[in-house]
Amino acid sequence: MSSLQELPPRTLRPVLTWNGVFLGARKALVLIPGLVVFAVAFGAAASAKGLSLLEAVLMSAVVYAGVSQLVAIELWRPEWSWGAIAGLAIVTATVNARMVLQGASLQPWLAPYPRLVNALHLFFFTDANWLIGTRYHADGGRDLGVLVGAGFIIWINWVLATVPGYLLGSLVADPRRYGIDLVMPIFFATMIVPLWRGRRAAVPWIVAGIVALATAKLVEGYAFIITGALSGALVGAFRDDRA
Amino acid sequence: MTVPDPILWGALAAIAAMAVATYLCRISGVVMMGFIPLTPHVRRGLAALPGSIVVATVLPLIERLGLAAALALLAAIGSMVLRRSELLALMVGMGVVSVARALGW
Repeated sequence: MSSLQELPPRTLRPVLTWNGVFLGARKALVLIPGLVVFAVAFGAAASAKGLSLLEAVLMSAVVYAGVSQLVAIELWRPEWSWGAIAGLAIVTATVNARMVLQGASLQPWLAPYPRLVNALHLFFFTDANWLIGTRYHADGGRDLGVLVGAGFIIWINWVLATVPGYLLGSLVADPRRYGIDLVMPIFFATMIVPLWRGRRAAVPWIVAGIVALATAKLVEGYAFIITGALSGALVGAFRDDRA
Repeated sequence: MTVPDPILWGALAAIAAMAVATYLCRISGVVMMGFIPLTPHVRRGLAALPGSIVVATVLPLIERLGLAAALALLAAIGSMVLRRSELLALMVGMGVVSVARALGW
Protein backbone atom coordinates (compact mmCIF):
# COMPACT_ATOMS: atom_id res chain seq x y z
CA MET A 1 0.00 0.00 0.00
CA SER A 2 2.68 2.46 0.98
CA SER A 3 4.31 3.89 -2.08
CA LEU A 4 7.57 4.18 -0.11
CA GLN A 5 8.13 0.44 -0.45
CA GLU A 6 8.28 0.81 -4.21
CA LEU A 7 11.71 2.36 -3.97
CA PRO A 8 14.43 -0.16 -3.23
CA PRO A 9 17.35 0.64 -0.93
CA ARG A 10 20.46 1.77 -2.80
CA THR A 11 22.42 -1.23 -1.58
CA LEU A 12 20.36 -3.70 -3.62
CA ARG A 13 22.55 -5.89 -5.83
CA PRO A 14 22.40 -4.70 -9.45
CA VAL A 15 20.95 -7.16 -12.00
CA LEU A 16 21.50 -6.97 -15.76
CA THR A 17 20.82 -10.10 -17.83
CA TRP A 18 20.20 -11.07 -21.47
CA ASN A 19 16.83 -12.46 -20.36
CA GLY A 20 15.99 -8.95 -19.19
CA VAL A 21 17.15 -7.46 -22.49
CA PHE A 22 14.90 -9.83 -24.46
CA LEU A 23 11.99 -9.24 -22.08
CA GLY A 24 12.35 -5.48 -22.55
CA ALA A 25 12.54 -5.84 -26.33
CA ARG A 26 9.39 -7.99 -26.25
CA LYS A 27 7.56 -5.45 -24.09
CA ALA A 28 8.43 -2.75 -26.64
CA LEU A 29 7.08 -4.70 -29.63
CA VAL A 30 3.51 -3.36 -29.26
CA LEU A 31 4.88 0.13 -29.84
CA ILE A 32 6.94 -0.62 -32.95
CA PRO A 33 4.19 -0.10 -35.60
CA GLY A 34 3.26 3.35 -34.28
CA LEU A 35 6.91 4.23 -33.86
CA VAL A 36 7.76 3.20 -37.42
CA VAL A 37 5.01 5.45 -38.78
CA PHE A 38 6.32 8.34 -36.66
CA ALA A 39 9.87 7.78 -37.96
CA VAL A 40 8.57 7.56 -41.53
CA ALA A 41 6.78 10.89 -41.01
CA PHE A 42 10.02 12.40 -39.71
CA GLY A 43 11.97 11.07 -42.71
CA ALA A 44 9.40 12.54 -45.09
CA ALA A 45 9.49 15.93 -43.35
CA ALA A 46 13.30 15.93 -43.38
CA SER A 47 13.47 15.25 -47.12
CA ALA A 48 10.84 17.93 -47.84
CA LYS A 49 12.96 20.44 -45.89
CA GLY A 50 16.11 19.65 -47.88
CA LEU A 51 18.18 17.55 -45.46
CA SER A 52 20.33 14.88 -47.08
CA LEU A 53 19.47 11.24 -46.36
CA LEU A 54 22.66 10.96 -44.31
CA GLU A 55 21.71 13.98 -42.19
CA ALA A 56 18.18 12.65 -41.56
CA VAL A 57 19.41 9.18 -40.55
CA LEU A 58 22.24 10.66 -38.49
CA MET A 59 19.78 12.85 -36.61
CA SER A 60 17.53 9.87 -35.86
CA ALA A 61 20.56 7.87 -34.72
CA VAL A 62 22.28 10.37 -32.43
CA VAL A 63 19.41 12.63 -31.28
CA TYR A 64 16.75 9.88 -31.15
CA ALA A 65 13.94 12.00 -29.73
CA GLY A 66 11.01 12.23 -32.13
CA VAL A 67 9.21 15.41 -31.13
CA SER A 68 12.42 17.44 -30.87
CA GLN A 69 13.50 16.13 -34.30
CA LEU A 70 10.24 17.30 -35.87
CA VAL A 71 10.62 20.69 -34.17
CA ALA A 72 14.19 20.90 -35.51
CA ILE A 73 12.92 20.24 -39.05
CA GLU A 74 10.52 23.16 -38.62
CA LEU A 75 13.48 25.36 -37.67
CA TRP A 76 15.86 23.89 -40.28
CA ARG A 77 17.72 26.30 -42.53
CA PRO A 78 20.07 25.97 -45.52
CA GLU A 79 22.90 27.89 -43.80
CA TRP A 80 23.87 27.85 -40.14
CA SER A 81 25.43 30.46 -37.87
CA TRP A 82 26.73 29.62 -34.40
CA GLY A 83 23.83 31.57 -32.95
CA ALA A 84 21.30 29.49 -34.90
CA ILE A 85 23.00 26.27 -33.79
CA ALA A 86 22.96 27.38 -30.14
CA GLY A 87 19.30 28.35 -30.50
CA LEU A 88 18.47 24.92 -31.92
CA ALA A 89 20.30 23.23 -29.04
CA ILE A 90 18.29 25.26 -26.52
CA VAL A 91 14.96 24.47 -28.20
CA THR A 92 15.95 20.79 -28.29
CA ALA A 93 16.82 20.82 -24.59
CA THR A 94 13.49 22.52 -23.80
CA VAL A 95 11.46 19.93 -25.71
CA ASN A 96 13.42 17.07 -24.12
CA ALA A 97 13.56 18.50 -20.59
CA ARG A 98 10.99 15.91 -19.50
CA MET A 99 13.80 13.34 -19.75
CA VAL A 100 15.51 15.04 -16.80
CA LEU A 101 12.52 14.21 -14.58
CA GLN A 102 12.05 10.76 -16.10
CA GLY A 103 15.70 9.99 -15.37
CA ALA A 104 15.38 11.33 -11.83
CA SER A 105 12.41 9.04 -11.18
CA LEU A 106 14.50 6.00 -12.20
CA GLN A 107 17.63 7.03 -10.28
CA PRO A 108 17.00 4.80 -7.22
CA TRP A 109 16.90 1.82 -9.61
CA LEU A 110 19.99 2.89 -11.57
CA ALA A 111 22.14 4.01 -8.63
CA PRO A 112 23.78 0.63 -7.83
CA TYR A 113 25.03 0.12 -11.42
CA PRO A 114 28.49 1.23 -12.58
CA ARG A 115 28.55 4.78 -13.89
CA LEU A 116 29.81 3.70 -17.32
CA VAL A 117 26.90 1.26 -17.74
CA ASN A 118 24.40 4.01 -16.91
CA ALA A 119 26.16 6.51 -19.20
CA LEU A 120 25.93 4.02 -22.10
CA HIS A 121 22.35 2.78 -21.76
CA LEU A 122 20.98 6.27 -21.05
CA PHE A 123 21.86 7.12 -24.66
CA PHE A 124 18.89 4.87 -25.57
CA PHE A 125 16.64 6.41 -22.91
CA THR A 126 13.31 7.66 -24.30
CA ASP A 127 9.60 7.98 -23.44
CA ALA A 128 8.73 4.45 -24.45
CA ASN A 129 11.40 2.59 -22.49
CA TRP A 130 10.90 4.93 -19.54
CA LEU A 131 7.25 3.85 -19.47
CA ILE A 132 8.12 0.18 -19.90
CA GLY A 133 10.87 0.39 -17.26
CA THR A 134 8.70 2.31 -14.80
CA ARG A 135 5.87 -0.20 -15.12
CA TYR A 136 8.27 -3.13 -14.76
CA HIS A 137 9.93 -1.56 -11.71
CA ALA A 138 6.57 -0.67 -10.12
CA ASP A 139 5.59 -4.34 -10.46
CA GLY A 140 8.73 -5.32 -8.55
CA GLY A 141 11.13 -6.02 -11.45
CA ARG A 142 14.78 -5.04 -10.97
CA ASP A 143 16.61 -6.31 -14.09
CA LEU A 144 18.10 -3.28 -15.88
CA GLY A 145 18.14 -5.36 -19.09
CA VAL A 146 14.45 -4.58 -19.53
CA LEU A 147 15.17 -0.86 -19.84
CA VAL A 148 18.18 -1.51 -22.10
CA GLY A 149 16.43 -4.02 -24.39
CA ALA A 150 13.35 -1.85 -24.84
CA GLY A 151 15.46 1.23 -25.55
CA PHE A 152 17.68 -0.57 -28.04
CA ILE A 153 14.95 -2.20 -30.14
CA ILE A 154 13.10 1.11 -30.35
CA TRP A 155 16.30 2.90 -31.40
CA ILE A 156 17.03 0.38 -34.20
CA ASN A 157 13.49 0.66 -35.59
CA TRP A 158 13.51 4.44 -35.27
CA VAL A 159 16.75 4.77 -37.24
CA LEU A 160 15.85 2.20 -39.94
CA ALA A 161 12.32 3.53 -40.51
CA THR A 162 13.70 7.02 -41.16
CA VAL A 163 15.10 5.74 -44.51
CA PRO A 164 11.85 4.67 -46.26
CA GLY A 165 10.19 7.82 -44.91
CA TYR A 166 12.89 9.93 -46.52
CA LEU A 167 12.79 8.04 -49.83
CA LEU A 168 9.00 7.71 -50.16
CA GLY A 169 8.27 11.18 -48.80
CA SER A 170 4.91 12.43 -49.93
CA LEU A 171 3.62 8.91 -50.69
CA VAL A 172 3.17 8.40 -46.95
CA ALA A 173 -0.49 8.56 -45.97
CA ASP A 174 -1.72 10.87 -43.24
CA PRO A 175 -0.95 9.01 -40.00
CA ARG A 176 -3.80 10.82 -38.24
CA ARG A 177 -6.41 8.79 -40.10
CA TYR A 178 -5.36 5.55 -38.42
CA GLY A 179 -4.92 7.08 -34.99
CA ILE A 180 -1.15 6.55 -35.15
CA ASP A 181 -0.57 9.99 -33.64
CA LEU A 182 -2.30 8.70 -30.50
CA VAL A 183 -0.04 5.67 -29.91
CA MET A 184 2.21 7.38 -27.37
CA PRO A 185 -0.61 9.32 -25.62
CA ILE A 186 -2.57 6.05 -25.26
CA PHE A 187 0.49 4.24 -23.97
CA PHE A 188 1.12 7.04 -21.46
CA ALA A 189 -2.52 7.05 -20.32
CA THR A 190 -2.73 3.29 -19.78
CA MET A 191 0.30 3.54 -17.46
CA ILE A 192 -2.00 5.11 -14.87
CA VAL A 193 -3.52 1.68 -14.22
CA PRO A 194 -0.37 -0.24 -13.16
CA LEU A 195 0.91 2.85 -11.29
CA TRP A 196 -2.35 3.19 -9.31
CA ARG A 197 -1.77 2.93 -5.54
CA GLY A 198 -5.13 4.13 -4.25
CA ARG A 199 -6.85 7.49 -4.12
CA ARG A 200 -4.55 9.09 -1.57
CA ALA A 201 -1.50 8.42 -3.72
CA ALA A 202 -3.31 9.95 -6.69
CA VAL A 203 -3.65 13.42 -5.11
CA PRO A 204 -0.24 14.56 -6.44
CA TRP A 205 -1.26 13.38 -9.93
CA ILE A 206 -4.39 15.54 -9.82
CA VAL A 207 -2.28 18.56 -8.87
CA ALA A 208 0.14 17.65 -11.68
CA GLY A 209 -2.74 17.52 -14.15
CA ILE A 210 -4.22 20.85 -13.08
CA VAL A 211 -0.88 22.65 -13.15
CA ALA A 212 -0.04 21.10 -16.54
CA LEU A 213 -3.37 22.19 -18.03
CA ALA A 214 -2.92 25.72 -16.70
CA THR A 215 0.65 25.89 -18.01
CA ALA A 216 -0.43 24.63 -21.44
CA LYS A 217 -2.95 27.47 -21.59
CA LEU A 218 -0.39 30.10 -20.65
CA VAL A 219 2.89 28.96 -22.22
CA GLU A 220 3.58 27.55 -25.69
CA GLY A 221 5.67 24.43 -26.15
CA TYR A 222 6.13 21.56 -23.75
CA ALA A 223 6.83 23.34 -20.46
CA PHE A 224 3.57 21.90 -19.11
CA ILE A 225 5.17 18.48 -18.59
CA ILE A 226 7.86 20.00 -16.37
CA THR A 227 5.70 22.33 -14.27
CA GLY A 228 2.97 19.70 -13.86
CA ALA A 229 5.29 16.83 -12.97
CA LEU A 230 7.37 18.94 -10.55
CA SER A 231 4.22 20.21 -8.80
CA GLY A 232 3.00 16.63 -8.42
CA ALA A 233 6.34 15.50 -7.00
CA LEU A 234 6.42 18.44 -4.55
CA VAL A 235 2.90 17.69 -3.32
CA GLY A 236 3.89 14.04 -2.95
CA ALA A 237 7.05 14.99 -1.04
CA PHE A 238 5.43 17.35 1.46
CA ARG A 239 2.11 15.69 2.13
CA ASP A 240 1.86 14.09 5.54
CA ASP A 241 1.41 10.37 4.83
CA ARG A 242 0.41 9.55 8.43
CA ALA A 243 -2.80 11.58 8.26
CA MET B 1 40.75 34.89 -32.67
CA THR B 2 37.35 34.28 -34.23
CA VAL B 3 35.66 31.01 -35.02
CA PRO B 4 34.78 30.74 -38.73
CA ASP B 5 31.10 30.46 -39.57
CA PRO B 6 30.06 26.80 -39.84
CA ILE B 7 28.92 27.04 -43.46
CA LEU B 8 30.06 23.77 -45.01
CA TRP B 9 29.38 21.52 -42.06
CA GLY B 10 26.69 23.64 -40.39
CA ALA B 11 24.01 20.95 -40.69
CA LEU B 12 26.27 18.37 -39.05
CA ALA B 13 27.16 20.84 -36.28
CA ALA B 14 23.45 21.49 -35.72
CA ILE B 15 22.75 17.76 -35.43
CA ALA B 16 25.70 17.33 -33.08
CA ALA B 17 24.44 20.20 -30.91
CA MET B 18 21.00 18.59 -30.75
CA ALA B 19 22.56 15.25 -29.83
CA VAL B 20 24.60 16.78 -27.00
CA ALA B 21 21.60 18.73 -25.66
CA THR B 22 19.43 15.60 -25.69
CA TYR B 23 22.06 13.37 -24.10
CA LEU B 24 22.54 15.93 -21.30
CA CYS B 25 18.76 15.80 -20.69
CA ARG B 26 18.95 12.00 -20.59
CA ILE B 27 21.70 11.80 -17.97
CA SER B 28 21.25 14.95 -15.89
CA GLY B 29 18.22 13.76 -13.88
CA VAL B 30 20.04 10.58 -12.90
CA VAL B 31 23.28 12.45 -12.14
CA MET B 32 21.56 15.17 -10.07
CA MET B 33 19.60 12.69 -7.97
CA GLY B 34 22.91 11.03 -7.15
CA PHE B 35 23.85 14.15 -5.18
CA ILE B 36 20.53 14.47 -3.38
CA PRO B 37 20.22 12.30 -0.27
CA LEU B 38 17.16 10.04 -0.31
CA THR B 39 15.37 11.56 2.68
CA PRO B 40 11.75 10.46 3.31
CA HIS B 41 10.56 13.66 1.61
CA VAL B 42 12.66 12.98 -1.48
CA ARG B 43 11.49 9.35 -1.56
CA ARG B 44 7.86 10.43 -1.45
CA GLY B 45 8.48 13.01 -4.14
CA LEU B 46 10.16 10.41 -6.37
CA ALA B 47 7.33 7.95 -5.70
CA ALA B 48 4.80 10.54 -6.89
CA LEU B 49 6.92 11.54 -9.91
CA PRO B 50 6.14 8.82 -12.53
CA GLY B 51 2.36 9.20 -12.22
CA SER B 52 2.73 12.99 -12.19
CA ILE B 53 4.79 12.89 -15.40
CA VAL B 54 2.19 10.65 -17.04
CA VAL B 55 -0.78 12.85 -16.06
CA ALA B 56 1.04 16.10 -16.84
CA THR B 57 1.95 14.75 -20.30
CA VAL B 58 -1.43 13.31 -21.23
CA LEU B 59 -4.01 15.83 -19.96
CA PRO B 60 -2.86 18.84 -22.03
CA LEU B 61 -2.42 16.53 -25.06
CA ILE B 62 -6.05 15.42 -24.74
CA GLU B 63 -7.09 19.04 -24.62
CA ARG B 64 -5.09 19.76 -27.78
CA LEU B 65 -6.10 16.62 -29.68
CA GLY B 66 -9.85 16.87 -29.03
CA LEU B 67 -12.87 14.73 -28.15
CA ALA B 68 -11.94 11.70 -30.27
CA ALA B 69 -8.60 11.49 -28.44
CA ALA B 70 -10.27 11.82 -25.04
CA LEU B 71 -12.69 8.97 -25.84
CA ALA B 72 -9.82 6.81 -27.12
CA LEU B 73 -7.75 7.33 -23.97
CA LEU B 74 -10.71 6.61 -21.69
CA ALA B 75 -11.49 3.43 -23.62
CA ALA B 76 -7.83 2.35 -23.44
CA ILE B 77 -7.70 2.95 -19.67
CA GLY B 78 -10.95 1.01 -19.25
CA SER B 79 -9.51 -1.89 -21.24
CA MET B 80 -6.36 -1.77 -19.09
CA VAL B 81 -8.43 -1.95 -15.88
CA LEU B 82 -10.31 -5.03 -17.14
CA ARG B 83 -7.35 -6.79 -18.79
CA ARG B 84 -3.79 -5.81 -17.99
CA SER B 85 -2.67 -5.90 -21.60
CA GLU B 86 -0.94 -2.92 -23.24
CA LEU B 87 -1.49 -4.42 -26.69
CA LEU B 88 -5.24 -4.79 -26.17
CA ALA B 89 -5.51 -1.30 -24.66
CA LEU B 90 -3.62 0.13 -27.62
CA MET B 91 -5.88 -1.63 -30.13
CA VAL B 92 -9.03 -0.54 -28.27
CA GLY B 93 -7.81 3.07 -28.12
CA MET B 94 -6.80 3.22 -31.78
CA GLY B 95 -10.04 1.53 -32.82
CA VAL B 96 -12.09 4.10 -30.91
CA VAL B 97 -10.16 7.06 -32.31
CA SER B 98 -10.44 5.75 -35.89
CA VAL B 99 -14.22 5.33 -35.56
CA ALA B 100 -14.64 8.70 -33.80
CA ARG B 101 -12.59 10.51 -36.46
CA ALA B 102 -14.42 8.72 -39.28
CA LEU B 103 -17.65 10.05 -37.75
CA GLY B 104 -16.12 13.50 -37.86
CA TRP B 105 -15.85 14.13 -34.08
